[in-house]
Amino acid sequence: MIKEYKSATGLEGPLMIVEGIEGIKYGELTDVELQDGSIRRGQVLETSEKRALVQLFESSQGISTSLATVRFLGRGMTTSLTREMLGRIFNGVGDPIDDTGEIIPEKHMDINGSPINPYSRNFPSEFIQTGVSAIDGLLTLVRGQKLPIFSGSGLPHAQLAAQIARQSKTLGKAEEFAVVFAAMGITFEEANFFIDDLRKTGAIERSILYINLANDPVIERIAIPRVALTAAEYLAFELDMHVLVILTDMTNYCEALREISAARKEVPGRRGYPGYMYTDLSMLYERAGRIKGKSGSITQFPILTMPEDDKTHPIPDLTGYITEGQVFLGRDIHRKGILPPINVLPSLSRLMQKGIGEGKTREDHADVANQLFAAYAKGVESRELAVVLGEAALTPIDRIYVKFAEQFEQKFINQGFEENRSIDETLNLGWKLLTILPRTELKRIRNEYIDRYLGEKN
Amino acid sequence: MAGKIIKVSGPLVVARSLENPMMYEVVKVGEIGLFGEIIGINGDEASIQVYEQTEGVGPGEPVVNTGNQLSVELGPGLIKQIYDGIQRPLDIISNKYGSFIARGISEPPISYETKWYFTATARPGEKLRGGQRLGYVEETEIVRHWVMVPPNLSGELLDISSGTYTVKDTIGMLKDSFDEKHILRLAHKWPVRQGRPFKRKINPTIPLITGQRVLDTFFPLAKGGSACIPGPFGSGKTVVQHQLAKWADAEIIVYVGCGERGNEMTDVLIEFPELKDPKSGRPLMERTILIANTSNMPVAAREASVFTGITLAEYYRDMGYNVALMADSTSRWAEAMREISGRLEEMPGEEGYPAYLASRISEFYERAGLVIPFGSDEEASLSVIGAVSPPGGDLSDPVVQATLREVRVFWGLDAKLAYARHFPAINWLSSYSLYSDLMNNFYNKEVSELWLKNRQTALRILQEESELEEIVRLVGIDALSPKDRLTLEIARSIKEDFLHQNAFHEVDTYTSLKKQFLMLESILLFFELAMEAIASDVPLDLILEQDVREEIARMKYHPEEEIDKIKAVQNSIRNAFDEIKTRRASA
Repeated sequence: MIKEYKSATGLEGPLMIVEGIEGIKYGELTDVELQDGSIRRGQVLETSEKRALVQLFESSQGISTSLATVRFLGRGMTTSLTREMLGRIFNGVGDPIDDTGEIIPEKHMDINGSPINPYSRNFPSEFIQTGVSAIDGLLTLVRGQKLPIFSGSGLPHAQLAAQIARQSKTLGKAEEFAVVFAAMGITFEEANFFIDDLRKTGAIERSILYINLANDPVIERIAIPRVALTAAEYLAFELDMHVLVILTDMTNYCEALREISAARKEVPGRRGYPGYMYTDLSMLYERAGRIKGKSGSITQFPILTMPEDDKTHPIPDLTGYITEGQVFLGRDIHRKGILPPINVLPSLSRLMQKGIGEGKTREDHADVANQLFAAYAKGVESRELAVVLGEAALTPIDRIYVKFAEQFEQKFINQGFEENRSIDETLNLGWKLLTILPRTELKRIRNEYIDRYLGEKN
Repeated sequence: MAGKIIKVSGPLVVARSLENPMMYEVVKVGEIGLFGEIIGINGDEASIQVYEQTEGVGPGEPVVNTGNQLSVELGPGLIKQIYDGIQRPLDIISNKYGSFIARGISEPPISYETKWYFTATARPGEKLRGGQRLGYVEETEIVRHWVMVPPNLSGELLDISSGTYTVKDTIGMLKDSFDEKHILRLAHKWPVRQGRPFKRKINPTIPLITGQRVLDTFFPLAKGGSACIPGPFGSGKTVVQHQLAKWADAEIIVYVGCGERGNEMTDVLIEFPELKDPKSGRPLMERTILIANTSNMPVAAREASVFTGITLAEYYRDMGYNVALMADSTSRWAEAMREISGRLEEMPGEEGYPAYLASRISEFYERAGLVIPFGSDEEASLSVIGAVSPPGGDLSDPVVQATLREVRVFWGLDAKLAYARHFPAINWLSSYSLYSDLMNNFYNKEVSELWLKNRQTALRILQEESELEEIVRLVGIDALSPKDRLTLEIARSIKEDFLHQNAFHEVDTYTSLKKQFLMLESILLFFELAMEAIASDVPLDLILEQDVREEIARMKYHPEEEIDKIKAVQNSIRNAFDEIKTRRASA
């Protein structure tokens, strides 16, 4: 039931206080009509007997408390959905912005979704081949996983995400695949890069894009990932597609969250971010996954830029606690000209163990990955030592490890944004690099695999 | 008469004119009947934390009291179940209401229809007090479920009989000292925020064997003890918790996934029925209860979930079992408290956490312990292992600090070890266990008298290594004497061949105490013989080049049945050094 009031009494940032109301529900959607007839969207944040606090999704600029009409719509925020949305571009609240006309919705869904019952989840275990050795070999991605890219300003995370969106496939099967892209407060150029890349490869036909640029309303950034994930859920669980969701940049999202929290005068948590940011982020990230009895899936690639490359900053920190691993981009390694500049040591894929091995990738995958990690870590450690003491101070075995680390970076990680390697190529390359080490150092690999794979290559 | 909502702000609802509201009373909120709990009373107004999303609820809607505090239902049928934070059965909800959790659902936590055969062991006429046994039901192949007099009742048993019952049927009658008669059933209710009583608490002296070498050998937890695992993300907290849930030699495991990932709980759900308990050979699920309140599920239910879990654990402890509870992660629980406290506009303490944070944490961990329950004269235990996820891995976090004051075992996870894929990434220098000396008798009797001595030697070598590493970093490895370089090599061997353990390897995932002892003994034997050799001027390179070192590295992959192979390794070590000696003598 729609209720209309002209009794707004206060405005502060994006928050509006409306008095003398009755029977307004928590979370209800509102339309604020300005004197010139234009409409601003909002939502009820707090409701009591006579008073409601409304959060506007757009700026409050130009609103007058005495002239505005506030309309409570009697329902929560929903978004319209249809298969026809593939190939189209929308704004933060889900209205089309690509001049190809309105969409005719088949369905409306609450943008907040509902939590997936853990009992109904299907465990992600299907290997996705991204064609990027560092990811496929060491940080294996599986369908239904949420794997963020932890980047810094100036690092080529957009290129990596585009490469993954372009090359990802599961082995041996042709299935319906879609990309949902949500841009939160990024620049026009970065958004354009994605759109162009998707256009170039024809992937745009199976993509839905939600764009909120840096100069668009901040508050829309709160809604945009929810709208995008609702669309992803629709594609995955109603239309049985495999959906890859790219959310960029989560840092801007969290900043918007902080802005609103400050406007609401809430007790701030670390660095001014609200205490509920963990819960809020988890409501987005946990919408990835697979569900028993449904063939579709949602795989998430959130991108965030770490302020000052600091991973203990609340945004990467809380994200890391929710997501199933992280792909780190490193500034040092980027300076060396290695592309994609993935720093594998702090990177991790928690679901890797379930997606690899015989019948999925190859029987030796787990052991090889383990050994490559251990050897590279050792090599990096020795290299640091050599910087302090000079190479002469290293033991012969340490010197071998340093050489391994160099080769590993140059050959394994450095593949550029165009090359698409199969998992076999990636693993064979791994074995080739391991031949640099004496066999006795290969403690993480079962003897039988050493005999089978190392022997072959030597 | 029902009360009326006057304010809604996220999970916090304020209601007016409730009839005799009681602190921590459960109420039904709004037209759709959302679950809530009263957490504050001020005059005619009651503050209610709601366990479900409150979208669409508004002022004017009714609030109904139930007269009960937040309680769990205790009876046969708990094992193998998966619950949310307020004991709603997620499997039934999934089958009945679909893949997404809808609101306002209420389902019995244990089946009211299942029939159990009850064997009475108490006799009419006996005087019984709360917690004493009435009889038993075979709940699963490995769990005999003792039915007890509810803890708050006592008196003369008028009637009890064996037979087939549901949990709602009457199995007997008890007359208390006021001559009031009480019906006895297979199940009873207990409020989650109140610890269940027992006869007395005693000091723990027996280790909880986990099969994880770094834990059992270096930093053991006692049955009835409490431990915490703090660490930054990606350091392997959850894998350690899962390993404990799989292999700890407790008879009942309660696993609380508190504000963590949904997929992780699914992993447990899929994996546990497939894995076999090393002792009984039955599926691990037959001794496990799961509480899954994932991060995106309502935050108030997350606050309740650890109490729900520990109450279920106490119930099985009262039957005489050794129970282990894993809570992953207590930081999310603390954050839930912070969120509710913020909405109540309470005065914040450190980092916005409520001032009562530390006392709540103590309340929780103090419910662990080795006790004599009322139902038997034998010891029963409840061990608690809490993961803590401090921001940025910073141990000065208030949750970590409050936890450290309470627990006696500290397993510190180290991001640097995790980056090098050294798992479990438990730092051997910063971790500690205050139980290891208390349990000396057990080790002497069950494993070997050398257990503690070997542990000390190994820890000493690792400590020396960290000091030597400092020197190497300053002046290079060449500055070290052969003895010191040997120490570095042996430390490396302890780390790689003993402490590093692959949770995903079929053999390496679990190591018995006996095997752990032999493995460490072998490494130390090599150390001892190598030291002797160096003293008689054998070049270090010659010692380190020996093939037997590869045998040492492979010890962990010998299955438990082939434990003799490790003894054979020790012989090879001796032979290898003898050979060096004879070769040098003849040269």
